[in-house]
Amino acid sequence: MIAVDDLNVTFHNGGRSIHAVQGISFNVAAGETFGIVGESGSGKSTVLKAIAGLVPSTSSVLEVDGRPAARRRSRAERRLLQLVFQDPYASLHPRQTVDGILREPLVIHGVADIDDKVMAAIADVGLLPMHRFRYPHQLSGGQRQRVAIARALILRPPVLLLDEPTSALDVSIQAEILNLLANLRQSYSLTCILVSHDLAVVAHLCNRIAIMQLGKLVEIISAADLRSGTVTADYTRELIAASRGFTRAPSQNQVVLS
Amino acid sequence: MTDPLLTVEDLNVTFPGRETAVRAVRNASFTLGRERLGIVGESGSGKSTTGRALLGLVPRPGIVTAKTMSYAGQNLLQCTERDWQRLRGRRMSMVMQDPKYSLNPVKTVGAQIGETCLLHLGMTRKQAAARTLAMLEAVRIRDPELTYQLYPHQLSGGMGQRVMIAMMLVAEPDFLIADEPTSALDVTVQNEVLRILDDLVSERGMGLIFISHNLTVVSSFCDRVLIMYGGKIVEECAARDLQNARHPYTRALVAAAPSLDIQRTELATVTRDPEWLK
Amino acid sequence: MSVPLAQWLSSEAPTSRRHAILSNAYRGVRSFLANPTALAGLVIVAVLVFLAIFAPLLTMGQSPLDQDLAGRLAAPSAAHWFGTDELGRDVFARTLYGARVTLTIVALVSIVVAPIGLAVGTIAGYLGGWVDVVLMRITDIFLAFPRLVLALAFAAALGPGIENAVIAISLTAWPAYARIARSETMTIAGSDFIQAVVLQGASTRRILFRHIVPLCLSSVIVRLTLDMAGIILTAAGLGFLGLGAKPPTAEWGAMVSSGRDVILDQWWVATIPGIAIFIVSLGFNLLGDGLRDVFDPKSA
Repeated sequence: MIAVDDLNVTFHNGGRSIHAVQGISFNVAAGETFGIVGESGSGKSTVLKAIAGLVPSTSSVLEVDGRPAARRRSRAERRLLQLVFQDPYASLHPRQTVDGILREPLVIHGVADIDDKVMAAIADVGLLPMHRFRYPHQLSGGQRQRVAIARALILRPPVLLLDEPTSALDVSIQAEILNLLANLRQSYSLTCILVSHDLAVVAHLCNRIAIMQLGKLVEIISAADLRSGTVTADYTRELIAASRGFTRAPSQNQVVLS
Repeated sequence: MTDPLLTVEDLNVTFPGRETAVRAVRNASFTLGRERLGIVGESGSGKSTTGRALLGLVPRPGIVTAKTMSYAGQNLLQCTERDWQRLRGRRMSMVMQDPKYSLNPVKTVGAQIGETCLLHLGMTRKQAAARTLAMLEAVRIRDPELTYQLYPHQLSGGMGQRVMIAMMLVAEPDFLIADEPTSALDVTVQNEVLRILDDLVSERGMGLIFISHNLTVVSSFCDRVLIMYGGKIVEECAARDLQNARHPYTRALVAAAPSLDIQRTELATVTRDPEWLK
Repeated sequence: MSVPLAQWLSSEAPTSRRHAILSNAYRGVRSFLANPTALAGLVIVAVLVFLAIFAPLLTMGQSPLDQDLAGRLAAPSAAHWFGTDELGRDVFARTLYGARVTLTIVALVSIVVAPIGLAVGTIAGYLGGWVDVVLMRITDIFLAFPRLVLALAFAAALGPGIENAVIAISLTAWPAYARIARSETMTIAGSDFIQAVVLQGASTRRILFRHIVPLCLSSVIVRLTLDMAGIILTAAGLGFLGLGAKPPTAEWGAMVSSGRDVILDQWWVATIPGIAIFIVSLGFNLLGDGLRDVFDPKSA
């Protein structure tokens, strides 16, 4: 469904250029959920933005649904994939109601039966009709993220890109959103790429997981490998150990204060 | 723990609103010895407000009341603003979530840490500089001389948080509140910062209140944990027993978090019971 | 306002698009009304509009142009509330009719300046690159002209008159709006919600006019209101120098100018229009401050 070969993204900032993504390659099969984990500065979100065409990139292959994905995309090509952003407080237009936000993609693509589709989308993500005419500031973080998911899915794209969709949310709300995503993925047979810094979240939702560090791909492992710790790279091992919590190692260089 | 460092009984923090008052903290009672006490909760649970109340930092128009709130024998309820200023920085301190917002952007790291020495410890400039360098070394900054001259924007997240800790500890307080000190950091860096805090507690016998939303971190780092919900402490348990907590909210919270160890097809969601707030 | 209506308007769960817009507006109005200085500004501006519209009625048929050379420079009295000027014209009538001129200038300048500034600023800010460079250098050129001097040159070249005063003021006023709109647009353009619309396949025009302009509008309106005082003063200044409205027309600046020779003996001729300029400028400033508080996104 998604083919990426030798993807590179370079940002130019004044005189300096930053090679944010360096030669990443992977494939995602239809119906699969592919995870990308890494720490800040690993370039994981940039990979997602490059696939979405939001940042300029170079690659030998970048295909979505068998079609090359250029930076400039036609309206029809835009319908192939949508993105859910990290911060539900920044991803919704502050002066538009939920209705206006969900209506926008339908109007752009000239879809019929807009009202019915908006109502269906609201119900799909577990919101109520009473939420339809609220402004984002009248919704909680979890509700906002539901609206963002509804907006992403309202055009029924086969591919959904998720950029840290729950990292701004509380644990209990995160559970609701992750369950919702799992259900929607099932009912719409979505192909997903999930980017996160949280190994447990990625292991929960994904089949295969790419580990990234400083713009490079470290390795691609299965969720089962991640859980059992059967990994080859030291960095992955370190990341897993750190994610399991704090370990009170016998301190060698102890702090001495005057 | 015979002689607790901090005793809190029936702490209430209320923010009067136009229509109804918001009770941010309700009847919270706990003690702190020379240990690592975790406070866990979701946003709005009152965990940060509790921490701020202990330092007399509840913003206006919040009202703090308690039956007892004493620190090393001193009654905190009767502290004047002057008393608080003498306590804060000198004997109790706070590390906040994001060093970017807590450090003064136009002063070098050295100047900021040195200021505390001049202000609270009455040191000379020379002594202050020496003390600052020693402190930077203590929080395992590789090149203290270089870091001394850097401005906050030149620091990475982990470095910034270390500098914050150095600044908070330079006056050698014996009670530290860390409010989500590692939430803005990468996991690998997070553990290094935790290790510094951990050593400080065990080496210096400090009392630490560690406020976090992250159950994994709290259960692996702290000795005891208070679980807060809607301003109330719903449960207190040993940190390692968090997985076997009794209160339905704690249990739900534990089950809602995806785990690397247990494969769950569906995550548990929290069904909130109004009874929990009674 | 009846209680059910107030409840309907402050509902947290609006039931239709109109309901949502109305209740949002209601909240805005309420926070505006809770701000005493803003309210004072609004009252002053409203009174100005009222006086301008009903000037013929309020002056009871007294024309601002009728001369009475026998009764020139008469002190304020029951017949002439604000006295008469050097040609025996009623200062009260001239002040009220002067409000019409001032309002016309203010309205015309707003209609010209806000759209041009918004369009130039949002396009430059969103498209960036050479478009931004070209548009902003043009803006800089206009910004470099001193407002009053350009207005003087214009009025001198085209001849005095309200229209020319408006053109002259607008020419120097729009760059400030382009700058505000540009910086605002650059912040908004990078935000996730604009990226989301890009992903949906919206055209650049749609993104600009449906998503970015509405967000820039509030700061432009606030700036415009705060600028009104300056615009009124510039218009009055042109009038004072004889380059504003043509002579017989009642215009506050021209009135002050004509009263300046007799300011010590017949103070009312120059002072009354001067006070009018002062109060109206103050009114617009207060209103602008209030609007800024209401539009502040942090309060939303």
